[in-house]
Amino acid sequence: MTRITVTVDGVKYTDEVEPRTLLVHYLREQVGKTGTVVGCDTSNCGACTVHLDGQSVKSCSVFAVQADGSEVTTIEGLARDGRLHPVQQAFHDNHALQCGFCTPGMIMQAIDLLGDNPNPDDEQVRHGLEGNLCRCTGYQNIVKAVRDAAGKMSPGAGPAAEQVSSQARSGVSGGGQ
Amino acid sequence: MIPAAFDYVAPSSVDEAVQALAQAGDEVKVLGGGQSLLPVLRMRLAAPTTLVDLGKIAELRGVRDDGDAIVIGSMTTHHEVTRDSLVAAHAELVAKTTRTVADPQIRHRGTFGGSLVHADPAGDLLAPAVALGAEMVIAGSSGRRTVPASEFFVDYFTTAVAPDEVLIEVRIPKHTGWGSHYEKFNRVAQAWSIVGVAAAVRSEGGSIAEARVALTNMGSTPIRATGVERALVGQPASAEAIRSAAQHAAEGTSPTTDGNADADYREHLARVLTGRAVSEAAGVGG
Ligand SMILES: Cc1cc2nc3c(=O)[nH]c(=O)nc-3n(C[C@H](O)[C@H](O)[C@H](O)COP(=O)(O)OP(=O)(O)OC[C@H]3O[C@@H](n4cnc5c(N)ncnc54)[C@H](O)[C@@H]3O)c2cc1C
Ligand code: FES
Ligand code: FES
Repeated sequence: MTRITVTVDGVKYTDEVEPRTLLVHYLREQVGKTGTVVGCDTSNCGACTVHLDGQSVKSCSVFAVQADGSEVTTIEGLARDGRLHPVQQAFHDNHALQCGFCTPGMIMQAIDLLGDNPNPDDEQVRHGLEGNLCRCTGYQNIVKAVRDAAGKMSPGAGPAAEQVSSQARSGVSGGGQ
Repeated sequence: MIPAAFDYVAPSSVDEAVQALAQAGDEVKVLGGGQSLLPVLRMRLAAPTTLVDLGKIAELRGVRDDGDAIVIGSMTTHHEVTRDSLVAAHAELVAKTTRTVADPQIRHRGTFGGSLVHADPAGDLLAPAVALGAEMVIAGSSGRRTVPASEFFVDYFTTAVAPDEVLIEVRIPKHTGWGSHYEKFNRVAQAWSIVGVAAAVRSEGGSIAEARVALTNMGSTPIRATGVERALVGQPASAEAIRSAAQHAAEGTSPTTDGNADADYREHLARVLTGRAVSEAAGVGG
């Protein structure tokens, strides 16, 4: 067992984990964040997407031990004071889900995308959600919802708005973000 | 699925990593970004007893200027490579190719070095490394050595990096001011290249002064299309000249036949995509 300390949706947790524990299993089974789901065994579907130090990752493709010292934001950490995040609200308003299984990952990736590009066109939304598969909707309303949210969010929204620490990223690359 | 149990080590320097690899014995694996390794472990296609995670080694991340070359740390993520100003200025081909890799989440974790050591013949970053004449710096218990890209890729999923060694950085000679393009043929989002072509061209007064072209997935390793390069040099940067040079693209290749494409279709693709990649790199329409 290895001891890790991870901040999940603003709360600090210290836990013992087996090194082989996937971050998604740690979040669901030890922390209780069952909003984040597993949809595949191949890193393809994106249903498990969370933000790790402000960047979207597939939490089935990261070991919990690799997240030691980091901040994780899940779909459960988005609402503020009982109000949905604008991207959550836009998915609701635009009927951007049917069964809803892909939705937590879609929303987390959409927020990452809007942090990068606050005003994407349809094509850019489709590319930005390339790593997220939906078996129900045919994507039309998902694209609509993301663009709707973009319109309603002020510039600069996105992962930065979650006020995650940028420690893990700063001083990393000569070119900056 | 859940990987088999393993011991986990997260050293904070290259020296410690090399030591950990030497001590761990045969069944040890290096963990880079994990974006190829985790799926393999989850499906239990491999079950190493020890993983040595490079994620905490700061010296392996980032890009630096080294005179006539830029040096990309092996643990620099795909995302960082696409945003880096040195890569954009001196190895634009690498930045453009990296943008086509996988999806945003995987680009946030997957690394430049991990892609090269993984050496999937359909991996996109092998061809630009070969085209630009990159050199790989490898660390092991007997010290450091430098291997040119032309000798680095040995076979399918096999490189010059031994199981107890670490790829630490990649030196890429500056190709400042060269035009470049990566033309990738696949069928759906996230799919690997059926064939890909990496091209960089230096034009001078309307003609092609130098050209570098390499192919993805046209054999067990990336292949430099030297016939195309020779045919391009000294030619006017015109659609006609490029089309004719691109006819040499499949020479010396040995593509496989699989569910995605027959070998002769891959040869056809290599010629067509080479034409497109070089035209785009040289700024020639049509
Ligand atoms: C759904 C999906 C789609 C993808 N699509 C593409 C694509 O279109 N094009 C493409 O090119 N790639 C694609 N990839 C692969 C992706 O680019 C990976 O990031 C890359 O192949 C491996 O990099 P990594 O850092 O994650 O390495 P890891 O997964 O950590 O390691 C891969 C291998 O390299 C070894 N290794 C890693 N780093 C080092 C090092 N520094 N020294 C020594 N050994 C090392 C490991 O031991 C392992 O054997 C895809 C992956 C997925 C899951
Ligand atoms: S569960 Fe499918 S990508 Fe993570
Ligand atoms: S709503 Fe069912 S998978 Fe997307």
